Amino acid sequence: MLIKKPADIPSSEITPQSAYVSRRKFMVTAAVALGAAAVACNKAAEMASPQKAEAAAAKLQFTRNSALSTSEKPNSLKEISTYNNFYEYGTDKSDPAENAWKLRTRPWTVSIEGEVKKPKTYDIDQLTKLAPLEERIYRHRCVEGWSMVMPWLGYSLSNFIKQCEPTSKAKYVQFVTLQDPEQMPGQKTGVLDWPYVEGLRMDEAMHPLALLCFGLYGEVLPNQNGAPVRMILPWKYGFKSGKSIVKFRFVEKQPPTTWNISAPSEYGFYSNVNPAVDHPRWSQKTERRIGEFRRRDTLMFNGYAGQVASLYSGMDLRANY
Amino acid sequence: MAFNLRWRWSKVVVFLLCLLPALELALRAWNQSRGVEPDLGVNPLEHITRATGDWTLRFLLITLAITPLRKLLQRPALIHFRRMAGLFAFFYGSLHFTTYLWFDKAFAWSEILPDVAKRRFIAVGFTAFVLMLPLAITSTGGWIRRLGGKRWQWLHRLVYFSALAGVIHYWWLVKSDIRKPAIYAGILAALLVYRMVVWVLPSQQHHAGARKLATAETVE
Repeated sequence: MLIKKPADIPSSEITPQSAYVSRRKFMVTAAVALGAAAVACNKAAEMASPQKAEAAAAKLQFTRNSALSTSEKPNSLKEISTYNNFYEYGTDKSDPAENAWKLRTRPWTVSIEGEVKKPKTYDIDQLTKLAPLEERIYRHRCVEGWSMVMPWLGYSLSNFIKQCEPTSKAKYVQFVTLQDPEQMPGQKTGVLDWPYVEGLRMDEAMHPLALLCFGLYGEVLPNQNGAPVRMILPWKYGFKSGKSIVKFRFVEKQPPTTWNISAPSEYGFYSNVNPAVDHPRWSQKTERRIGEFRRRDTLMFNGYAGQVASLYSGMDLRANY
Repeated sequence: MAFNLRWRWSKVVVFLLCLLPALELALRAWNQSRGVEPDLGVNPLEHITRATGDWTLRFLLITLAITPLRKLLQRPALIHFRRMAGLFAFFYGSLHFTTYLWFDKAFAWSEILPDVAKRRFIAVGFTAFVLMLPLAITSTGGWIRRLGGKRWQWLHRLVYFSALAGVIHYWWLVKSDIRKPAIYAGILAALLVYRMVVWVLPSQQHHAGARKLATAETVE
């Protein structure tokens, strides 16, 4: 059985505790210093030019969560923000960077619906401050066979879910992307069913690796990467990580998901990274890390088997692809 | 004499135009190595694969469009460019195929062979390329004479199957956005329908004329 494989993270990737503790201390000190500097700069900048104030405000305060981070070298901001799939802006990977300026990320609210004690709505700024932001350097594996390493900012989705107070009937959580063809011109085409919906089983959603993400490289998310708030699920193919989320819906039955609606035989509900289960049309055994020439082997659960394999024990991952 | 000279020059111009997409890729690759834009982007291999694949299909369709265009525009002399367009389709197809074999798979046959066998989009793309091989080889005047015009013409009808396989290859590889492959498929369908109409409505004159012009290239 595949999921019994040992942890796929080579020991060389695990940062010694002493190193990350001292690094954390440094980060905290640096963050505090930066924060103070940012406040001072902010005030000065606000008076000087509104544009600069905006840029300064784009910086986020965070600490690095080394325990949940890979020590692999992150891809550059240029790579991450100019090459990605976000069909709301077009189907070419250069389209999001080109068209996402149309998105207005303020005002922005995120509503909670379904099997919860009380439905409510969060303002994005309120949501960002719900828990301390952490930087987590995650591997990202696209179902198409390419991968990157990205430094995201956010907190575990579980922090948020606890605040939502789901009832015992809530077995799944679905996340819904904004639907507004004026801001997201790709939605004027029928390439996918809009709005984009994705979802998780409750235990997956509560897993500490599941990140509610607000930033990248120390700043708020670029529009094209799913601003102002998105999911990051590093052990699943990229398309599971819904972007520009406006709604969380807690439900009893497994919710529909967009790519599964589009091609049920190719994209399942779980869509865990799995080199042993090929996409019907191409192999998932290897991947091309952006910036590298040779393909590299794809790891079970994208290298997070040690953390997440137990979620799927006893499940046939070939049937539940 | 003056006629020949004019065609020779226009052939040089068209040849250079057909080479532009390859030159553009070379320039982008050169820029990439110097860190200057426009380059091949974040995934250079994908960029090259797509560009060469696109141009293979485009040149196949251009090749197939020449006969109908000669009739519709009443420019029979367009035949002078058909062989060149076909050979450029083969040229870009070879680049596309080499990119896959060499840069993508690094000649790892243990990966490539199962890929061709298991992945229908790769199998059909491979077929499209293999079908072009005999056409490229027999594209010379010598081969037309050796095979005889009629047999040569029959052999070169393989180009329809190559183009069909090429379009299917593209259709089968896209994730959900079939708009671009659909454009290629639409143009190919129009070009094939044209031929069927010509074939179903035979007119002796029409056929005789076509043969005469088809061989014009040889005796040029």
